[in-house]
Amino acid sequence: MPYLLRRFMQSLLLLFVLISFVFVVGRIIGDPALIMLGTSASETALDQLRENLGLNQPIWQQYLVFLGDLVQGDFGVSFRYGFSMMPSDALRAEGTPVLPIVLSRLPATFLLAGTALVLAFSLAVVLGCLAAMYPRSWIDNLVNVISLASVSVVQFWLGLILIIVFSVQLGLLPTGGYGSWQHLILPALTLAARPLGRISQVVRSAMLDELSKPYIAAARAKGVPEWRVVFVHALKNASIPIVTITGDELSQLLTGAMLVETVFAWPGIGLLLIDSLGRRDLPMVQAGICVVAALVILVNLAVDFAYTVLNPRIEMDNRGGRA
Amino acid sequence: MRAMQPYETLDAVPAPLLDIRDLRVSFDTPHGLVKAVGGVSWSLSPGETLGIIGESGSGKSVGLEAIMGLIKSPPGHVSGQVLFDGRDVLTMAERDRRQLRGEKIAMIFQDAMSALNPSLTVGTQIAEVYRLRRKCSQAEAERKAIELMDRVKIPSAKTRVGCYPHEFSGGMCQRVMIATALALNPQILIADEPTTALDVTVQRQIMTLLAELQREDGMALVLITHDLGLVAETVDRAMVMYAGRIVESGPVDALFETPTHPYTRGLIRSMPRLDGASGALHAIGGTPPAAGRMPRGCAFHPRCEQRVDRCLTERPNLRMVAKGQAAACHLAEETRHD
Ligand SMILES: Nc1ncnc2c1ncn2[C@@H]1O[C@H](COP(=O)(O)OP(=O)(O)OP(=O)(O)O)[C@@H](O)[C@H]1O
Ligand code: SF4
Ligand SMILES: [Mg+2]
Repeated sequence: MPYLLRRFMQSLLLLFVLISFVFVVGRIIGDPALIMLGTSASETALDQLRENLGLNQPIWQQYLVFLGDLVQGDFGVSFRYGFSMMPSDALRAEGTPVLPIVLSRLPATFLLAGTALVLAFSLAVVLGCLAAMYPRSWIDNLVNVISLASVSVVQFWLGLILIIVFSVQLGLLPTGGYGSWQHLILPALTLAARPLGRISQVVRSAMLDELSKPYIAAARAKGVPEWRVVFVHALKNASIPIVTITGDELSQLLTGAMLVETVFAWPGIGLLLIDSLGRRDLPMVQAGICVVAALVILVNLAVDFAYTVLNPRIEMDNRGGRA
Repeated sequence: MRAMQPYETLDAVPAPLLDIRDLRVSFDTPHGLVKAVGGVSWSLSPGETLGIIGESGSGKSVGLEAIMGLIKSPPGHVSGQVLFDGRDVLTMAERDRRQLRGEKIAMIFQDAMSALNPSLTVGTQIAEVYRLRRKCSQAEAERKAIELMDRVKIPSAKTRVGCYPHEFSGGMCQRVMIATALALNPQILIADEPTTALDVTVQRQIMTLLAELQREDGMALVLITHDLGLVAETVDRAMVMYAGRIVESGPVDALFETPTHPYTRGLIRSMPRLDGASGALHAIGGTPPAAGRMPRGCAFHPRCEQRVDRCLTERPNLRMVAKGQAAACHLAEETRHD
């Protein structure tokens, strides 16, 4: 089987396992009807809701229905959105489907993660290359300090520090929210820190490796300008570890965005998930997790694809590649 | 010390293309300063073929990298003069030096496969500097690459111009390297053991090709090799290096007929007599000194059978022993008379 196809099948399987896990956890944490209506609800109201939601059917049947609905893109209706607060109304009201709500939060998350990625990647490549060009110089040391600091800093804490300095003390940028590029700066910086550190370390070591190879000396000997030696000759060959680490960081970036969103009240999927958890909106949480998981898997597939394109020598079928 | 180096006398022709004077290269290492090249002087005339012979670690490659301005500092230190057409390569701006590389002096390497960038097509690599310097279009660069591939006799150049180095054999890679070196019609081609990694028949083909190209273009060729047979066949003049210094130099016939320095004699004696494929350099007893621990006096004395007391304390300088032939040995003059 072609390598990419095999990877795709593996991903589908992984997604299936994850979705099943989400279902099981959803049933373990408690009675959804009780969670929805609260402990003050009457027994008849609870029974009625269980009936409506199919909760009185055997668990395996619920599972099959759940899967069947998923395949049709139906993640269920929100326990909260579209319901009035009155339990009696709740029984009659048609809840809003959760999937469109989750999907509507995607652009904000993408904007944040994408900005952070571009920021982290381009800075990391420049810093890593500089460090590799002048090993053990002050530039190298500076890059080392920057990358170590940004890898080890706790995102949550970094976000708060940035808010305190730039929003509270200096009053330059908003503390949180959404709408303008000013709103984007602090959360993107916060999110970019970790990938910046990790990617720049990989760029540095991969470039050091490449720059010591004979073809680099040969390129210099034939009169190729140094910028081209570094950014074309060496970087092209260093790109495989760099793409790999960036791909790894990409999935981390998506999950990291969830946290950063809550710090900066950035209305993406992360904020929605946290809010929904707080509101005990089980379908919304399930849909959110599934969408995020699907995204992470898609990203990994895309990275694998980029990998095959970048390296003409890789024989995809006998490569013991990324897990 | 420098004044005693009779480099003027080593010049073959009045106006040398390349004139190396007292070139020294050393490296900072964790174990202290390592002297890789300890003051060598030589020159090269237009169109001449010069051979450089010496055991591994004798400073052949480092010396030539220094000439190309390729020694990185730190950890390297280079001193002396490298005059190309009268201009000192070592003191000129990096810009000018880069201009010189490719345009005036080109270099090919021992392991052509690893000297080619694995992720650029051979066509791109062959015409890369041509394209940058001549500011031509991609299509024109490709035409140039095909033309050069034809010149170095790579079959079906048109279809293979877009191939990657791993799709070529070792010999074909060396041809690609040569084509790359020829792109800007350099006046000097430095070949650092161009055939060591290849099997015998391919070695012959590459050497024939180099000789042919040299005849057509009138390039000067500096050939580093372990292969004394190759030296005897191809070069006009040869230099023997030992522990970072020239121990003997001269016209190749004279070197083979009347070798003066005990080391050169040992080398020639160790050459296989009948059509042996390559001359092994290992038949001389002992091993060369590590670059960090140079013996006092003559660096060769621990291995020399003719050693006298002076050899332990006093370093012999190069001196003329015959027309165009010089040797660095305390016994050199006596040798000439017997
Ligand atoms: N970057 C460096 N740092 C320290 N020492 C070095 C460095 N580069 C070269 N040397 C030393 O310089 C000496 C000369 O090396 P060089 O490569 O010129 O030898 P060579 O004559 O070309 O040998 P070979 O026939 O194996 O190619 C060696 O002893 C080597 O260890
Ligand atoms: S100087 Fe002395 S030790 Fe050195 S090669 Fe001549 S005889 Fe031998
Ligand atoms: Mg060498």
